[in-house]
Amino acid sequence: MVGLCLFSALTLVFVPSERSVPDSAGPRGQEGLDDGPDFLSEEDRGVSPRAVNVDLQTDATLQVDISDALSERDKVKFTVHTKSTLPNFKQNEFSVVRQHEEFIWLHDSFVENEDYAGYIIPPAPPRPDFDASREKLQKLGEGEGSMTKEEFTKMKQELEAEYLAIFKKTVAMHEVFLCRVAAHPVLRKDLNFHVFLEYNQDLSVRGKNKKEKLEDFFKNVVKSADGVLVAGVKDVDDFFEHEKTFLLEYHNRVKDASAKSDRMIRSHKNAADDINRIASSLYSLGTQDSTDVCKFFLKVSELFEKTRKIEARVAADEDLKLADLLKYYLRESQAAKDLLYRRSRSLVDYENANKALDKARAKNRDVLQAETSQQLCCHKFEKISESAKQELIDFKTRRVAAFRKNLVELAELELKHAKVKGLVTVRSR
Amino acid sequence: MCVCVCVCVCVQSGPASLPAEDISTNSNGPKQDSLFDDDPEDLFAEATEEVSLDSPERDVLLSDGPSPAITPITPPTSVITPRIGLAHDDMFTHSSFDEIEEEEGGDSFDIHIAVSDPEKVGDGMNAYMAYKVTTKTSLSLFKTDEFSVKRRFSDFLGLHSKLASKYLHIGYIVPPAPEKSIVGMTKVKVGKEDQSSNEFVEKRRSALERYLMRTVKHPILLKDPDVLQFLESSELPRAVSTQALSSAGLLRMVNKAADAVNKMTIKMNESDAWFEEKQQHFENLDVQLRKLHASVESLVCHRKELSVNTAQFAKSAAMLGNSEDHTALSRALSQLAEVEEKIDQLHQDQANADFYLFSELLGDYVRLITAVKGVFDHRMKTWQKWQDSQLLLQKKREAEAKLQFTNKPDKLQQAKDEIKELEGKVQQGERDFEQISKTIRKEVSRFEKERVKDFKTIIIKYLESLVQTQQQLIKYWEAFLPEAKAIS
Repeated sequence: MVGLCLFSALTLVFVPSERSVPDSAGPRGQEGLDDGPDFLSEEDRGVSPRAVNVDLQTDATLQVDISDALSERDKVKFTVHTKSTLPNFKQNEFSVVRQHEEFIWLHDSFVENEDYAGYIIPPAPPRPDFDASREKLQKLGEGEGSMTKEEFTKMKQELEAEYLAIFKKTVAMHEVFLCRVAAHPVLRKDLNFHVFLEYNQDLSVRGKNKKEKLEDFFKNVVKSADGVLVAGVKDVDDFFEHEKTFLLEYHNRVKDASAKSDRMIRSHKNAADDINRIASSLYSLGTQDSTDVCKFFLKVSELFEKTRKIEARVAADEDLKLADLLKYYLRESQAAKDLLYRRSRSLVDYENANKALDKARAKNRDVLQAETSQQLCCHKFEKISESAKQELIDFKTRRVAAFRKNLVELAELELKHAKVKGLVTVRSR
Repeated sequence: MCVCVCVCVCVQSGPASLPAEDISTNSNGPKQDSLFDDDPEDLFAEATEEVSLDSPERDVLLSDGPSPAITPITPPTSVITPRIGLAHDDMFTHSSFDEIEEEEGGDSFDIHIAVSDPEKVGDGMNAYMAYKVTTKTSLSLFKTDEFSVKRRFSDFLGLHSKLASKYLHIGYIVPPAPEKSIVGMTKVKVGKEDQSSNEFVEKRRSALERYLMRTVKHPILLKDPDVLQFLESSELPRAVSTQALSSAGLLRMVNKAADAVNKMTIKMNESDAWFEEKQQHFENLDVQLRKLHASVESLVCHRKELSVNTAQFAKSAAMLGNSEDHTALSRALSQLAEVEEKIDQLHQDQANADFYLFSELLGDYVRLITAVKGVFDHRMKTWQKWQDSQLLLQKKREAEAKLQFTNKPDKLQQAKDEIKELEGKVQQGERDFEQISKTIRKEVSRFEKERVKDFKTIIIKYLESLVQTQQQLIKYWEAFLPEAKAIS
C-alpha cells in the first residue's frame, strides 16, 4: 500500500545539531519527505538533545554522542561517536554503528555485574516505536481517495513531522543513556562499554530468544516477591529508610503523572488535528464562495492554519518538556529503587551471614568459612551502602536540576506560544 | 384566526372591469390584484401586506368579505390581498419592495428578542419547560415598547408550522425551528438536575432565541399576525399538531415521503440559468457546511476531553509535588498543578464558546439551507402545476375541436366553459411560477446577505474569545515562570 511504500523507502538521516550549522531543512529523507522543519524551529535543533532530561558535565577525557542516525524499515542505526583522551582507546576519535539491541545488551551487562550493585544503573532507552506512526500513515494511504489533494498533502506532512519527532526523541534517549554512562566515574571504565564504543564490527548481540525471555520473566517475578520481603526489613540507617519510603511513593506518583500528562497531550494533538480540518473546510468554503465573504473565509482559514501549527507545537513542547521528563524520571526512580533493593538484599545476606557465623561459632565448625563469607557480605554491604548514599544524593540533585530546567523551559515555551497565538489572532482581526 | 391586516391598496386607473366573481371563486385569488395595478405611492405608504393563503382560512375570509373587494380604496381592513406583486406590472413589485426596505431603514430595524428564564412547569411526563420571551422594540407595529410572554417549546413549533404552511410554497425562506429531541426532553421531565440536562436546556434556549431573531429579521414574516400574536398575546392556543405522534405528525411524514418521490419524477426544463447556478451553489454550500459542522463538533468534543485530562493531570502533579521532598521543587510542582487547573477551566470555557458560537451557527445554517432547497422544490412544483394545467388545456381544446363537428351544443358550451376556466388556470399557473421565481430571487439575495453578515459577526466574536483565552494563558504562565526559576 502507499503507506508502506513510503516507509520502506524512508531513510532519514539525522544531522547533528552541535557540530554543523543546522541548515533550515534539518533531517532529510527521500520520497519528498520535505518540511518537517515547519515543526522544528531553529531553537529545537539548537538544544542539544542530551541536555533535555539530565544535566551532565561533559568531561574532556571521554565524550560520547550520537552523530548520525538512519531509520530503515524495521530498525534504527545509530552512529556512536567518541572523542577521548584516555589511553585505553586506540584512537582519539572514532565512530561505530550500533543498533538498539546492542544498547540493551550493554545495559543488561551493567545490571548483571555484581560490582555495580551499588550504583544506579542508567535506565535503558526505550525501544524505537514507530508502529503508531506507521499505522496512521497506512490509514492515510487508504483514505487517500476520500479527501482533496490539499488535505492529503497536509496530513501527509503532519504525519511525516510526527515521525520525525519520534525519531528525534529516540535518538535523544539513546544518547542520554550513553552520556550518563560516560559521566559516571566508575561505569565509564567498564570494559563492555569500551568494546561497545570501539569495536567497529557487529557485536553480534542477538535479541533474547524465547527461552531467555521466559527466564527473564521468572527472574522478575522472583525479584519482585523478594523485593516485597526485603522491603519489610526495617533499615538501621535513617537516611536509607527515608529514601526507601520516599522513592516508593515518588515512583508511583511519577507513573501516574506521566500517564495523565500523556493523555492530556494526546487530547491536545487531537484538538490540533480538528483545527486542521476546520482550516481546510474553511478554505474550500472560501474558494467556492463568490461574494466578498470569500476573502474573509480565506483569511480565517489561514488563521486557523497558523493556530493549528502553534497548537501542535505546544503539544509537542509539552510532550518534550513535561511528558518526557516524567517518563525519564519514572525509569530513573525505578533504577534507584532497584539499587535500594540490591542494598537491602545484601543487608539481608549480611545478617544471614552473621547468623551463620554465630551458629558456626557455637558449633565450632566451619568457622573460618563462615567468617570469610561474613566478611565478604559485610564488605559488600558497606560498599553498596556507601556508594548508594552518594548515588541517591546525586539522583536528587540531578532530578531537581532537570525538573527546574524543564519546567522553566516549559513555561517559557508556553508563554511564547500563547503570545504568538494572541498576536496572530489579533492581527487577522 | 383573526387577521389584522394592513394592506397596500392601490388604485387602478386602468380597466377595472374585473368581475367580482373572480374573488369569490376559489382560484388563486391574486386576480384581484389587477385592481390594484397602480402606483403604491398614491395611497397608503404603509406597504405592509398580509397574506394568508391557507385555503380554508381564505375561504372563510373571502366569504365574509366580498364587499371590501368591491371597494378597493378602503383603508386597511380585513381584505386579503396576496402581497405578491403582479405579473403585469413589474414595477409594482419592485417599488413595493423598495418601500418596505426604506421603511425599515427609517425604523432602523429595532427589535430585539430574548428568550430566558427556563422554568419547569408541571410534573412527571406532562411537565414542560416554559420560557420567557421578551421583546424590546421601537417599531410601530407593536402596542408597547417592551413586553414579555411565556411560551413553551411546542408553541415555537406551532408558529413555525403555521408560517411554513403560509409562506413556503410561495417562495419565502422560512427559518426552521429547533429540532425536537425526545431523549433530551424526557431527561428534563424526569427531573434530573444534572449537568447534561442543564446543558440541554441551555442549548435549546439559545436555539429558540436565534430562531425568533431570525424570523423577525425577515421583513415579511415580522408582520405576520401569527408572529405578532406569538410575541404579544399572553395566551396562545396549544399547538397540538406538533406532537410527534399525533395524526398531523403522521400526515406530515406521509407528505414528506410523497414529496421525495415526486421530486425524483419531476424533470424541469430550467430556462433560467440563474436558478440552476444557485441550486448548484446551495448544494455545494450544503456539503461544505456539513463537513465544517462535523469538524467543529469534533473540536468541541476534543476540547472537552482536553479539559478533563488537564484537570486529572493537575491533580496528579499536585500529588507528585506533595511527595517531593525538595521544598522548592515541591512548591513549584504544586504551582504547576494550580496553573494546569486554571488552564483546564480555560479549555472548558473555550469549548463552550466553540460550541455556542460556531457549531450552533453552522447547524442552523445547515438547516436553513435545507429550507432554501425546499423553496426551490416548491418552485419546481409550481412549474409542474402550470405545465399540467397547460396540458389539460391542450387536451380540452382538442376535445372541443372534435366536438365542433358533432352536434351537441350544450356539450360544446360546457367544453367552452371548461376551456375558459382552464385558460384562466394556465395563466394563473404562469403568473404563480413567475411570482415564485421572483420571490425566490429576492429571498436568496437577502439570505446570502444575512448569511455573510451572520458568519462575519460570529466568527469575529469567536476570534475575540480566542484572543481572550490566549491572554489568560499568558497571565498564568507568566505567574508560574518565576516559581519555576526559584527552584534552587
